[in-house]
Amino acid sequence: MINSNSELILEISDLHAQVEGQKILNGVDLQIRSGEIHALMGRNGSGKSTLSKVLAGHPAYKVTNGKVLYRGEDLLGFEPEERARLGLFLGFQYPVEIPGVSNIEFLRVSTNSRRKQLGEEELDIFSFEDFVDSRLKLVQMNPSFLERSVNEGFSGGEKKRNEILQMALLEPILSILDETDSGLDIDALRIVAGGVNQLTNQDNATLLITHYQRLLDEIKPDFVHVMSSGRILRTGGSELARELEDSGYEWIENELPKTGES
Amino acid sequence: MKSQNLVGEIVSKPYKYGFVTDIETEKISKGLTEEVVRQISAKKKEPQFLLDFRLKAYKHWLTMTEPNWAELGYKKLNYQDIIYYAAPRDNEKKASLDEVDPKLLETFDKLGIPLTEQKRLSNVAVDAVFDSVSIATTYKEKLAEHGVVFCSITEAVAEYPELIEQYLGSVVPLNDNFFATLNSAVFSDGSFVFIPKGIDCPMELSSYFRINSGDIGQFERTLIIAEESSSVSYLEGCTAPMFDTNTLHAAVVEIVVLDDASVKYSTVQNWYSGDENGVGGIYNFVTKRGHCRGVRSKISWSQVETGSAITWKYPSCILQGEDSVGEFYSVALTNHLQKADTGTKMIHVGPRTKSTIVSKGISAGKSLNSYRGLVQIGPKAIGSKNYSQCDSMLIGDNAAANTFPYIRSQNPSSCIEHEASTCRISEDKLFYLQSRGIGFEEAVSMIVSGFCRDVFNQLPMEFAAEADKLLALKLEGSVG
Repeated sequence: MINSNSELILEISDLHAQVEGQKILNGVDLQIRSGEIHALMGRNGSGKSTLSKVLAGHPAYKVTNGKVLYRGEDLLGFEPEERARLGLFLGFQYPVEIPGVSNIEFLRVSTNSRRKQLGEEELDIFSFEDFVDSRLKLVQMNPSFLERSVNEGFSGGEKKRNEILQMALLEPILSILDETDSGLDIDALRIVAGGVNQLTNQDNATLLITHYQRLLDEIKPDFVHVMSSGRILRTGGSELARELEDSGYEWIENELPKTGES
Repeated sequence: MKSQNLVGEIVSKPYKYGFVTDIETEKISKGLTEEVVRQISAKKKEPQFLLDFRLKAYKHWLTMTEPNWAELGYKKLNYQDIIYYAAPRDNEKKASLDEVDPKLLETFDKLGIPLTEQKRLSNVAVDAVFDSVSIATTYKEKLAEHGVVFCSITEAVAEYPELIEQYLGSVVPLNDNFFATLNSAVFSDGSFVFIPKGIDCPMELSSYFRINSGDIGQFERTLIIAEESSSVSYLEGCTAPMFDTNTLHAAVVEIVVLDDASVKYSTVQNWYSGDENGVGGIYNFVTKRGHCRGVRSKISWSQVETGSAITWKYPSCILQGEDSVGEFYSVALTNHLQKADTGTKMIHVGPRTKSTIVSKGISAGKSLNSYRGLVQIGPKAIGSKNYSQCDSMLIGDNAAANTFPYIRSQNPSSCIEHEASTCRISEDKLFYLQSRGIGFEEAVSMIVSGFCRDVFNQLPMEFAAEADKLLALKLEGSVG
């Protein structure tokens, strides 16, 4: 998977961030290169989801220090929609429902915004239908979901599949999947993981945020990071995830001197 | 980085219909007297019965007091400071469009309502009303082949006086309410539609109202009659220039529907709403009512209300015929200091009558947006049904939304359902769309138009896209 010619896609240095006045990230450092799959693990409240929101540009999260380079550019200077057009994708833990907005129209507008950025031709309604058809198979989604309102009345598993469908349409450079496995039964997990596996290649990268080994049995990470109190405490290979599964997080947290929140 | 404050800036796009057409106008002098009423009637060469109608209304109006129950808090109008009739100097209705003053045609072109033959909307006939008079009606001959009459009410008075005498004031009586009575005394022009028995009107009919003069009131009168087993879809659009004074618009619309006939009445109202400090704008105090006289008759009101400083209107249905059906679909968007108090009255008189109410209110800025509606089921309306759904969306922290549903049921066999909800345009929904590459403003208008989808689906095709665009335009820079 890893090759030396790979591109440095994401470079996070000493990132601090807060939400509603509360410090959540306390100096995150992380590098991701093309062709790599990273897993980010940690307890609830350790800052994993916050990191994903900060990278995607959620307005409620304020960066107080540090920098993030995305393909050499200052990521934090871009609006959320610009980040998406540049190929950064966040698969949401809880995708929101948007009543009255048809899923296919939403997917088309979204896809076209990315295509426009890439200098590709925007797709009209008819050619988009063909394009989306080819991607539906990837997540084994019924075309009837396209006619419904965005995520409205979708089950947990359907929402997650809709997220991976969006990933398939947008062809991102960096995909951050925030607890995509949560709330999925084993069959749905396989479908979602299968979709992700088909979408990863030497030119893109994936950051999986998860609590569980079971997702990492389906999608093999090159690196596993353990986050605690807003910082990455330890980085290892896939064996680290298995150790965590056996022994929990405590041994890592105890092993390193606690610095507390600064 | 963009903050939520930006959501507050999206509703303040400059009003693009605010221009004034420089045309010589004939106005009668300010103020309202019996003489003024007689003058209006004389200018229109009206028959005696209509003059009598006007004078009776005028005399009754003198005994009435201006209502205040909606507590809209506007400055009292001085009715002696309004001009009750204004018309382009050369206001003889022309036989052909080629003879109409090019400035007037240009005005309607600029408003996106091309009247000239070659550019006409292919399946919509238009009656264009400029200040107090109708200047052109398109496709009249083609409609006449089907026996459909579509003309200005002034022409109808001259050509079909018996229909006017029979139906005018039969749905909204001349003593109905302060503004309707005022209209009955001084109404200037408006549209007249007659669909004969058994005819489905072959095209959409549309009236376009334009207020051009600053100090006039516009009092148009519309009368629609659908005979047995006929049907028609009628659209109404409105704009006005920007003035820093308030202009009164007090229209009356009456609809009569006989056995098995149906009328669909759609409005896109975009009168000038005043500036962001609430200076200027139209007072839109309108009485609209339809009467389902026949069995299985149907009236459907759809409205998209985005303009006016104050909108005060309740398009209503009197469901008299057995199994008659009334519908009301409304989107009201207010911004800055706009106030809208709108809703409907569904009066169930006959057995097994049905009504549906779907109201979507969106308030931004410091505006106030209220739904006020009455569902009344009479003692003989056995087995009747009503379903109401009233949803409000708030944009920013300074806007207000109210819902005032009044329900009266006088028989136990009827069924009334009412649902209401209020929501805010959420940061999370916006972020979700943005994180898919959709720009901030587009995301806002996508969410808002999704919120209005149930109502937009009721609009005729030509209007649905227009309404979507209008909403997006009004919302630009308003969200916060």
